[in-house]
Amino acid sequence: MTETLPMAGAPANVNAAGLSKNDYRGAPSTLCQGCGHNSISNQIISAMYEMSVLPEDVIKFSGIGCSSKSPTYFMNRSFGFNSLHGRMPSIATGALFGDAHMKGIGVSGDGDSASIGMGQFKHAMRRNVNMVYIVENNGVYGLTKGQFSATAEKGLHLKKQGENPYMPVDICMEALISNATIVARSFAGNPKQVKELLKIAFSHKGIAVLDIISPCVTFNNQENAYHSYAWGKDHEEPLHEISYIAPRSEIMLEQEMMEGEVREVAMHDGSTVILKNLEKGYDPTNRFQALHALEEAQQNNWLLTGLIYVNTTKPALTDIYDLVDTPLNRLTETDLRPNHAMIDKVNALMF
Amino acid sequence: MNKIVNDFSITVGTKNGSGSSTANNTILRSIFKMGIPVSGKNLFPSNIQGLPTWYTIRVNKDGFIARKETSDIVIAMNPDSFAKDLASVTPGGAFFYADDIKQPITRVDIAIYPMPIKSIVKNDPNVPSDYRELVGNMVYVGVLAQVIGIDLETIRAALTFHFKGKQKPIDMNFNALKAGADWAATNLEKKDPFQLESMDKTEGLIMADGNTAAAIGSIFGGVQFAGWYPITPASSLAEALNDYLPVLRKREDGKHTYAVVQAEDELAALGMAIGAGWSGLRSMTSTSGPGLSLMTEFAGLAYYAEVPVVVWDVQRIGPSTGLPTRTSQGDLTFTAFIGHGDSHSVILLPGDVYECFEFGWKSFDIAERLQTPVFVLSDLDMGMNQWMSKPFQYPETPMDRGKILWEKDLEEIKGNWGRYLDKDGDAIPYRTIPGNKHPLSSYFTRGTGHDEYAKYTEDSGIYIKNMERLAHKQITAKQYVPAPVLHEKKGATVGIIAFGSTENAIFEAQAQLEQENGIKSELLRLRAIPFTKEVDAFIEKYDQVFVVEMNRDGQLLQILYTEYPQYATKFKSVTYHDGLPAAAKWVREGILAKYEPVSSKQKTVNSKQTKAKKIAVKAKAAPVTSSLKGKKAVKKTAAKSKKK
Repeated sequence: MTETLPMAGAPANVNAAGLSKNDYRGAPSTLCQGCGHNSISNQIISAMYEMSVLPEDVIKFSGIGCSSKSPTYFMNRSFGFNSLHGRMPSIATGALFGDAHMKGIGVSGDGDSASIGMGQFKHAMRRNVNMVYIVENNGVYGLTKGQFSATAEKGLHLKKQGENPYMPVDICMEALISNATIVARSFAGNPKQVKELLKIAFSHKGIAVLDIISPCVTFNNQENAYHSYAWGKDHEEPLHEISYIAPRSEIMLEQEMMEGEVREVAMHDGSTVILKNLEKGYDPTNRFQALHALEEAQQNNWLLTGLIYVNTTKPALTDIYDLVDTPLNRLTETDLRPNHAMIDKVNALMF
Repeated sequence: MNKIVNDFSITVGTKNGSGSSTANNTILRSIFKMGIPVSGKNLFPSNIQGLPTWYTIRVNKDGFIARKETSDIVIAMNPDSFAKDLASVTPGGAFFYADDIKQPITRVDIAIYPMPIKSIVKNDPNVPSDYRELVGNMVYVGVLAQVIGIDLETIRAALTFHFKGKQKPIDMNFNALKAGADWAATNLEKKDPFQLESMDKTEGLIMADGNTAAAIGSIFGGVQFAGWYPITPASSLAEALNDYLPVLRKREDGKHTYAVVQAEDELAALGMAIGAGWSGLRSMTSTSGPGLSLMTEFAGLAYYAEVPVVVWDVQRIGPSTGLPTRTSQGDLTFTAFIGHGDSHSVILLPGDVYECFEFGWKSFDIAERLQTPVFVLSDLDMGMNQWMSKPFQYPETPMDRGKILWEKDLEEIKGNWGRYLDKDGDAIPYRTIPGNKHPLSSYFTRGTGHDEYAKYTEDSGIYIKNMERLAHKQITAKQYVPAPVLHEKKGATVGIIAFGSTENAIFEAQAQLEQENGIKSELLRLRAIPFTKEVDAFIEKYDQVFVVEMNRDGQLLQILYTEYPQYATKFKSVTYHDGLPAAAKWVREGILAKYEPVSSKQKTVNSKQTKAKKIAVKAKAAPVTSSLKGKKAVKKTAAKSKKK
């Protein structure tokens, strides 16, 4: 996927693909100042730049909402599809068949994925669509000016809405039980971790769900609210320190610096993820432990962050279909229309 | 008694799920193989097992094979519908029944044939006990074959086809059938007039259902992606894709050039298909009314973002769940204006199984050429029943992939392009597709307001210009959609406009109107929306144009009113919506009820009088439809006239 071009004579401010960071930028953001979503867009730009991803190898997807606007704000050189509210997964599912060598980056929100799009969200998991699925999660509907979303915690007070009477949806839990192959959570206020998780997600072949708590500075940033900067900073419980090591890595040193319990996860593209566990014995390849950790965090009111679950053994959707190597959208009439003899054959098959 | 040869109808009443479809298809196929024009219609309930179901067969030497609403021969296998089945036999007809049904038989005006089905099957040592009910159905086929003269060898051919050459089931079924025929030969005395005699009128024809034909057509159209969700009567279309793609698109390396995905619902089905169409694949979905309702928001997106995709709607009767296993032409206006805001659709209207095949491949060319969703409206009758058809013919034109720019094209024009820029003045812009590695290839697709370069904008002027272009595209569409079929009639005084599966019923009604009522009519069968110039010319020719369709509100008529307000007074609506396949009777009676025997000269002189009379006739003949019809049509007319 990542095309590495020769480095000879390349100026210092370009990556291995010969591109500068500007090649990964998008249009100026129209979201609110201080919005967590903008910080995530910036980390996408940095991660893609650092990984030397060719923007033309990426398709951006989104649904409807503040979060779904953000694909306009990164990677102008990539194709993008801003679809319908809650329907990003189906658009991505179909679009990625066009050229199975491409990778999707989808940006959705808690309204888009946990309410109107819950069905499609879960089915994208079970199909293992080859995309990074980011949920910019702020517990509130911003574009319609501050209604509760399905991830808002019970008892949350919002100005016009009063108190939220319902239990919240846990994006990571839903992803995990729907057989997502990567499940991770982070916090927009922790850009380093967001970036490392993005790199891991992008290296994965299959669906990688990143639930990123991304506070809404306008409608839901009260100090005691779960989806706020203050609360996130106080309650964040990282599972581990994460280092993403690119396929042909120059930064082997970092590995040697790691101490304590270290776990390596090999990704599809030859890259490695090194997790330094903060909690004893956490194994992100163990689904049972992952469910346990999420449940425990919920009971203790922790904002559990890090790589919660990873499974690199399941085939991505397009692999299941055993497609020809040439991208389907470059096939011609010769490949697609049966020859003349076939019409007689088919008529003979009728009565 | 005078013989009635090759001109009668047969109805078989059975229980749903009793396995009678093999038996009924065998009768149909055998008669077809005898060279006699024939049709078979399955009239079934929404049920897996137990409810009454009927199969009607029409045999007609002159080729009138629309469903006949009367039954000359009835075979009663279901105690629950026995009394009703008995009552339905036309006077002078024949009634066959399983003699284990002990119910009173009161009619003396028909031939009665009891059949000892259970004892025949029981005495056959080759039939395992759990197959007795299934094979029992073949016994009635045998008895019927003996009495009306179905050739046993054609039956064997039909069974061989049905069981794909597997000898064991062929033998088991054939032997049961033979036992029935033998029993009838020794025990029954023929008391009815109906007789089959071989002809050569089906030579060179095939039998197929429209859903299979649509799938095969789509495969010859190079389908690469299908997203679908199960729904009667459309499921068998996607299933046929799964059956025939591996056969027709088999490659030596065993790899696939296509993907068929069963989605979680119809929203996702069309969403996936749009995603695939957007990324450059020949992409489709197939559904029926309720599914189409769910697809509405996505259909609007595809229209506005200009994404090619093909949507098959195998219509069943609504509203809501309606009668889910009954046929209809009730989705026409819904499809024509599907989506919120201003929109109008390109619709193809196949009229028979062959056109299901033809529009299968053609729809992709049109969708990709126009960069818009193309809806193909068939119906349950066409989709699920076996029809006689001319053989499928290889597409006569190469694939039209439309205006796509690849790397070298962008290089040539130095990247100077805009996704929604009308460079050629035909309202169709150029598009690039994901995977294009040119740094200037990408664009951002959205359902929100966009300018010619696909950039987000809420600018009013740009919005209007874009919408006007989309309206213009509908005009461009006229040169790509199939023209209507004109069935010319010299000396015709009235016109008939129809579409879809009603054609056979209309042919028959036309013959009756001419012979028995002295009314000569000419039929124009529409095959697409938008209407092409042939439609204008046809309407102009006649003072009275009967619009025949299978729905309550006269949906095609509503669209005709909108498109041809200047001809509005010419149109007369003939509608029917009982969910059963079209029959000549309602077409003929519908026309007669509104027919005005006014010569063209008189008409021009007495136009006022004609108008007054027309209103009176309308009020009498169609009181239910008028108020509802008004509402919907007026709204759309207003929207459309602004654009023109």
